[in-house]
Amino acid sequence: MSNIVATHETILVIGGGISGMTTALEAAECGKDVILIEKNPALGGRVSQLYKYFPKLCRPSCGQEINLRRIKANKRLRVLTMAEIENLTGEAGNYTATVKIHPRYVKENCTACGACARAVTAQIDDPHNYGMSKIGAAYLPNNMAYPQRYVIDPSIVGTEQGEKAKAACPVDAIDLDMQEQSMKIKCGAVVFATGWRPYDASRIEPYGYERYEDVITSVELERMMDPFGPSAGKLVRPSTGEEAKDIAFIQCAGSRDRNHLSHCSRICCMASLKQSTYLGEKYGDDEDAKATIYYIDIRTIDRFEDFERQVRQDKKVKFIKSKVASIVKHPDSGKPVLIGVDTHGYHRYENAHDLVVLAVGMQPSLDIASITHTTHGIALDSSGFIELDSANGGSANGDSENAAVNGVFGAGCASNPLDVNRSVQSATAAALRAIQVVNRVAASSSAARSQ
Amino acid sequence: MNQTTSVSDPSPVEKYRNNFLKEVEANVEEGDWVKMCMQCGVCSGSCPLGSAWAHPPQELFMMIRAGQREEVLRSESMWMCTSCYSCVVRCPRELPIMHIMHGLANYANRLGLAPKMNPTKRFAKLFWDNIAATGRVNESRLSIKLYFMNGLVSGIKTAFAMRKVGLGMLKTHRLNLIGFFRAGGIKEKNQLQQMLNKAYEIEDKRKGLS
Repeated sequence: MSNIVATHETILVIGGGISGMTTALEAAECGKDVILIEKNPALGGRVSQLYKYFPKLCRPSCGQEINLRRIKANKRLRVLTMAEIENLTGEAGNYTATVKIHPRYVKENCTACGACARAVTAQIDDPHNYGMSKIGAAYLPNNMAYPQRYVIDPSIVGTEQGEKAKAACPVDAIDLDMQEQSMKIKCGAVVFATGWRPYDASRIEPYGYERYEDVITSVELERMMDPFGPSAGKLVRPSTGEEAKDIAFIQCAGSRDRNHLSHCSRICCMASLKQSTYLGEKYGDDEDAKATIYYIDIRTIDRFEDFERQVRQDKKVKFIKSKVASIVKHPDSGKPVLIGVDTHGYHRYENAHDLVVLAVGMQPSLDIASITHTTHGIALDSSGFIELDSANGGSANGDSENAAVNGVFGAGCASNPLDVNRSVQSATAAALRAIQVVNRVAASSSAARSQ
Repeated sequence: MNQTTSVSDPSPVEKYRNNFLKEVEANVEEGDWVKMCMQCGVCSGSCPLGSAWAHPPQELFMMIRAGQREEVLRSESMWMCTSCYSCVVRCPRELPIMHIMHGLANYANRLGLAPKMNPTKRFAKLFWDNIAATGRVNESRLSIKLYFMNGLVSGIKTAFAMRKVGLGMLKTHRLNLIGFFRAGGIKEKNQLQQMLNKAYEIEDKRKGLS
C-alpha cells in the first residue's frame, strides 16, 4: 500500500458503488489522479445487489461490466478495497484523509481459483444476500467481484479452518498475519459517494419485520429474484418455502414518517412498480399471481409516470390507497394479514397475502459529520444528506479570487435519495466540481514555480 | 349536502373557502393540525374501536376540509375515542389526533350540536357535574347516576348485574357508601366555582360563543 503517491492534485473518492465508480472514472479519464476507496471487499455497492433496475428493466451487471473495464484500463485510478475513511482534515487543495484498511488475509497474487473456499467448511451470513443465505468463510464477495480476489472472514483467522484455507492455496496468497493498517492520503478534492442503506425495518414495529418471516424488505426481494440468490431466483414465502404468488407491497415503510425518516426516499414507488413486474416475469398469465400496492400517493417523478401508467394496465397489479396500519399473522394459514382503512371510501380491510414487501426508505450510510474535521464543516440536511454548499470543506480564507473555495462534494445517494440514473448524473457533476478544484491547485502551484 | 350551486349563486367560490376548516382551527383544541393530515389512514387502521366509528379520524379530517360542518359536528364518531393514543404514536406527521377528537366533541357539545343521547357525552356530563360541584369526584354518586342514566328499571338491572363487583369493592374499601350521603369535596368550593366561571368567560370570549 505504501506505493500510493498522492498529491494536492489528487481526487479522493470515498465509496465504490455506482456513484463513486462514475465520479472516479470521469475524473481519471479527464487525466486526473484519483484514489477510490471502498469499505467492502469488492466494488459495485447496492446496485450490484439489484436484480433489475428501472425504467428499462435491464440487469445492472451490464453497466457494471463496462465500468469495471474502464477501471481496469485506467492507469490514473487507484482502487483500495476494505478501506474505510476515518477522518478528514484540511481545506480545499490540501486535505488529509485518514483511511483504515481492514485485513483481507488474501494477497494480490490470488488467482481466484477457489481452492480455499473448497477447503473451508465454516459459514457466515452472506452480506451480498443481506444475510438471507450462508456463504463459506473463505469467499468471493460476488460472481462479478472486482477485484477478483477471495476474502477470508476474520472469524476463522487463528482457527484450524483458517490454516486449512492457507494450506489449500496453491499460490501461497493467504496471509493470516495481515494486520489492520491506517494510512494518510493527501488530496486536493474529496467526493463522498458513500451511498445509502435501507432503513432498519424492524423499527417499524406494527409491521413485525422481526416477528414474521413472510415480511421482507424491497432489497431482499431483489436478492430473491437473482438466479444466484438465496432462493435461486424463486419468489418464496421464507416461512414455508412455498412459492409466493400473492405479494403485497407497502410503500413509505419508514419514509415520510416523522417517527422514522421524515424525507421521501423518492425511489421506493418506482422500485415497487418495477418489482410488481417480476410477477409477470415469474408466473406469466397465471391468474393466482397478484401484486397489491398499498400507498399514500404514488410518486413517480417526471417521465417515470409512463412506467406507472403501464403497470396500472396490468390486471395482476392492484392499487390500494392506504398506508397499512399493522400486520398480524393469520391464526390458521400463518399468512401475514394487512390491516388498515383505505382512503377511497374509508373501507376497513384485513387482507391476507403470501408475502409482504416493505418498500424501505433510504438513509445515508455514513454519518459524515462524525468523520469530517475540515476547516469549514460539511453542510448536511436534516436527514444527513450532503448539501451542495459553497462552503463545504472550503478554505479558511476564501479570498475573492477563489470565490468558490469548497473542495468536498457529495455524489449520488450521499447527497440525496436518488435512483441509479440520477446518481450517475450527480456523480458526473461531482467529478467536474472536483476537477475544477484540483485544476486551481495545479494552476497556483505552477504560478508559484514560475515566479 | 343538499346544497346546489346554481348559476345565479353570487359566489360559487364560497363553497371552496374552507370556512369550516378555519372555524375548527380557531375554536377546536389542536384544530390547527387538521390541515396537516396527509390521508394515509394509519390512525383509522390503528384504532382499536375503529370498526365502531361511522367516520374514522382520517375521514373526519377530510370532511372538515370539505366543509361538511353539520355532518362532522353532529357525528357520534369522535365520541368513540377512548384516548388509547395508538393513533397519536403512529401518525407519520405527529398529529395529536386524540386531542383533536376530544376538541371536536367538546366544541360540538358547546354548540349544542352533539348527539343528545350519546352515552359517552352523557357520562362526560355526569362526570363534569359531579366534579365541578365539589372539586372532588364522588364515586358513589357518579356510579349510581351512571347506572340509572337510562331510567329506574335499567338502573336496577345494571346494579344487580354489577353486585359482585360492588360488594368486592366495598369489602376492600374501594367504595365508600357513606360518601353517597355526605357531599365532601374541597375547602372553599365557591372559589372553585369562581375560577370555573372565569374560565368559561375567557373561553367564550375567545371563541365568540355566548
